[in-house]
Amino acid sequence: MSTNTNTYSLSGRKKMVSNKKLSWSERIYLIAILKGMMITLRHLFKKKVTVSYPEKVRPFSPVYRGRHMLMRDDEGRERCTACGLCALSCPAEAITMKAAERKPNEIHLYREEKYAEIYEINMLRCIFCGLCEEACPKEAIYLTKSKQITRADVDRENFIYGKDKLVMPLEMALQNTKQNQA
Amino acid sequence: MKVTIDGHEIEVEPGTTILQAARMIGGESVPPAMCYYSKLEDTGGKCRACLVEVSKGSEADPRPMPKLMASCKTGVMDGMEVKSISSDRVLEARKAVTEFLLINHPLDCPVCDQAGECDLQNLSFQHGISQKRFKEDKRTFEPENIGDNIQLHMNRCILCYRCVKVAEQLTDDRVHGVCGRGDHAQISTYISNAIDNEFSGNMIDVCPVGALTDKTFRFKSRVWFNKPYNAHRNCTKCSGKVTLWMFGEEIQRVTARKDEFHEVEEFICNQCRFDHKEPTDWVIEGPRKFEKFSVINQNNYTRKLDKVVIKTEEHILEGREQDRIKISMKNIPYTEHESKE
Repeated sequence: MSTNTNTYSLSGRKKMVSNKKLSWSERIYLIAILKGMMITLRHLFKKKVTVSYPEKVRPFSPVYRGRHMLMRDDEGRERCTACGLCALSCPAEAITMKAAERKPNEIHLYREEKYAEIYEINMLRCIFCGLCEEACPKEAIYLTKSKQITRADVDRENFIYGKDKLVMPLEMALQNTKQNQA
Repeated sequence: MKVTIDGHEIEVEPGTTILQAARMIGGESVPPAMCYYSKLEDTGGKCRACLVEVSKGSEADPRPMPKLMASCKTGVMDGMEVKSISSDRVLEARKAVTEFLLINHPLDCPVCDQAGECDLQNLSFQHGISQKRFKEDKRTFEPENIGDNIQLHMNRCILCYRCVKVAEQLTDDRVHGVCGRGDHAQISTYISNAIDNEFSGNMIDVCPVGALTDKTFRFKSRVWFNKPYNAHRNCTKCSGKVTLWMFGEEIQRVTARKDEFHEVEEFICNQCRFDHKEPTDWVIEGPRKFEKFSVINQNNYTRKLDKVVIKTEEHILEGREQDRIKISMKNIPYTEHESKE
């Protein structure tokens, strides 16, 4: 048994190491260095695998879940009604909101009778699982639409994203409407 | 009198209805009831959600009843055999009834304050279909103001008449009722009267849908974000036994205590319901328990959670002084969870 273990390899990759002295040509390492340089040179002419972020941004996958976006409908009104299902489904308890009643002169701003007066997502808590998107009955919150990454920051307070950062920009809503009509 | 419901035998008094006998047995064979209310007289027979199949009329006349019977209005007979959940005909009928009830219901559950404790929501979750076949416009009504405390959403009403019976049997003079007929039937006060009777708030509790909701709780919070507590106070007008719906240290809503069939145990007065919103007004008995699968149980704990104390340097776990600030929902005052030291 003990004699077998030296020659028998379970992985089939066992190599016997010899203690043989290097020859003179091997000892000056000239060929070895040239071989190494060849590999380096070959890589210089290959396509780069990196991009110079943030000047260049890679295309997002269509299902990439990034920063949340509170959508507007075709008429530019906010879709969110502060029903609280996103906050309920959130496993990280990152979402908080406060509802308010729509005034008669705000009909062009909000889609339903009730809207979210405050809507905050704590991006430090968020795990970008997308359950809020799945729970939303009004198709109001999406992680895939903004195509933005939550930027790094040094201040904790800046990670509480309020409605100013989350709601879809009005220009984008207008553009979408134009596209839909065309 | 002996009656068998879904194979369960029970001995009941003469004059009991099938629904009451089924509720004595409990469990899955209890038919859903949208309009029947055991605490109020002369309710039931309107929504048809409680239809059951009587497979044997009685010992004397064992023929089965040809049509499905409304269990809230049908009295039991000796030796009667009833099929509730075990009958395919009944389940089919419930599905149809749910579809009928939902024809004119706006399905604005994300906006509605009743969502989470709504009987119609439960019914359609259990027996409803996810598609609608009704293509015409739903009936809509102009919003109407019926007083400072109660919000009326006529669009959501299923015309169960429970609130009318409450006003008739609990209060001195009824100022509201169902006006109009057929498609135009609507709950309304007769010529823009305000409902201000001392016990009128119970209309909110008996309403199976979100047609009558609490104005002091309007859009304040969703039902499942509040923690329900049993509490009482000395009240000269009513028993004072209520459920408090708390968010942190704040009382957001006061309702009567409801039993397993979502019926009020004791009616409470408007003062208890609308005016006393300070925790010092109440003696809190303890957390209230709900059915295991109710959404109200979400994030609720039946015992009060103490703060875990770790013996270490003072404030070391809370971070530096300058970091100890409220960053989320800055405009909203502190609650229990994030209380200031």
